[in-house]
Amino acid sequence: MKTISFNQIREAIASMCQKANFELSQDVRDALAGGARAETKPLAKNTLLRILQNADVAAAKRVPMCQDTGLVVVFADVGQDVHVQGGLLGDAVNEGVRKGYREGFLRASVSPDPIVRGNTGDNTPAVLHVRLVLGDGLRLSLLAKGGGCENMSAFRMLTPADGVDAVTDFVVETAVLAGPNACPPIIVGVGIGGSFELSAVLAKRALLRRIGDVSPLPHVAELEQRIAQRINASGIGPQGYGGQTTALSVQIEAAPCHIASLPVSVNIECHAHRHQEALL
Amino acid sequence: MSRQLQLPLTDAQVTSLRAGDELELSGVVLTGRDQACARIFTLLQNRQPLPVELKDRLIYFVGPSPARPGEAIGSAGPTTSGRMNRFLPAMFDAGLRGVIGKGYLSQQAKDALVQHRGIYLGAIGGTGALLAQCITEVRIVAFEELLSEAVRLMQLERFPVVVLHDCHGGDLYADATTKGSDR
Repeated sequence: MKTISFNQIREAIASMCQKANFELSQDVRDALAGGARAETKPLAKNTLLRILQNADVAAAKRVPMCQDTGLVVVFADVGQDVHVQGGLLGDAVNEGVRKGYREGFLRASVSPDPIVRGNTGDNTPAVLHVRLVLGDGLRLSLLAKGGGCENMSAFRMLTPADGVDAVTDFVVETAVLAGPNACPPIIVGVGIGGSFELSAVLAKRALLRRIGDVSPLPHVAELEQRIAQRINASGIGPQGYGGQTTALSVQIEAAPCHIASLPVSVNIECHAHRHQEALL
Repeated sequence: MSRQLQLPLTDAQVTSLRAGDELELSGVVLTGRDQACARIFTLLQNRQPLPVELKDRLIYFVGPSPARPGEAIGSAGPTTSGRMNRFLPAMFDAGLRGVIGKGYLSQQAKDALVQHRGIYLGAIGGTGALLAQCITEVRIVAFEELLSEAVRLMQLERFPVVVLHDCHGGDLYADATTKGSDR
């Protein structure tokens, strides 16, 4: 049994919130730079270079790379031999978000009520997905998820007879409909299988993977590549200004599902992909 | 090479702009987004006075992050314009000259833009740290309780934008996917 304190979790979350918003990860930078080298149109190339320049300014000045500093989504893989001391895991996460956002001058972007709207003022509550795993570690994976790209996400319940072609068409259609609204170049998280709600969680979880890490399943990896090629053939390009860099990556998580069902969720992520991980 | 323009834009300047043109704007713009535009829309519908003048102004759809001490503003890039589609015709009727944002506009909003010789300018989404360097002064002028969504006056200094929709119906987004933009 290992004891992890409320304060440790709070501090880890606070630090990840800031790091995610100030520092664009190397995998995204590499993908953007690759896109900039490949683009022949000046507007497309310059747009990608400006995005990279923005990342430099954000890191140097500790200013968020995007003013939409996101809704915080945390995936907590909790070892069964872990004891959280001093309070609830969920409260520790929210305390961390509150601290990280206040002290980091990050924007409060959460409405307390979806109908009445308004603003909670401290970017809480976060969305928390907890999974019990073996061992005595606590792995926290955090996304600060922007609203523009989240709004372009979609779910469709296909049937087994629709098959992989319908899955491909739906993911491509979603990315193309998202167009400039989702701030391309985008990262496309896809959840195939599971149930209605699990497919959506898988789509989000797929975004935690590093760009360039393809699915370990060969047929899924092949599908990721095929969908990415089709999205990039759309011509949408960086910011929708035209070009070949529309999706930096397509990342699919697949799961077993009912013999009658083929659920597909597409979670769109913008180029300002803010993700962090910590192991306590 | 970007064309330098001083705000407010004249009729002749707006008419001369074409989708795909790269500009650098200097001068004052208004800011607002979902909740502020909804309130402005309601005031216009009820023929009540506005807390700010829209005439000949550009509105920048932005909800900036808080400024660190000594800075004018935090991160301040564009938000998705389409969420304000339904408010735009009334705002153009009230004299608004144009919009800075990102993403698609509805046909109705585009029609209103063309009818009023307006302009839709795009800033690069997700580059709020870089864009903030072109914002020298910020003052909240209405709806302060909306926090990042409050209406602000922002002084821009060589703020980079691209013409997305011009007043002749030109559309950079449509060009990108239909004929393949050459820019």
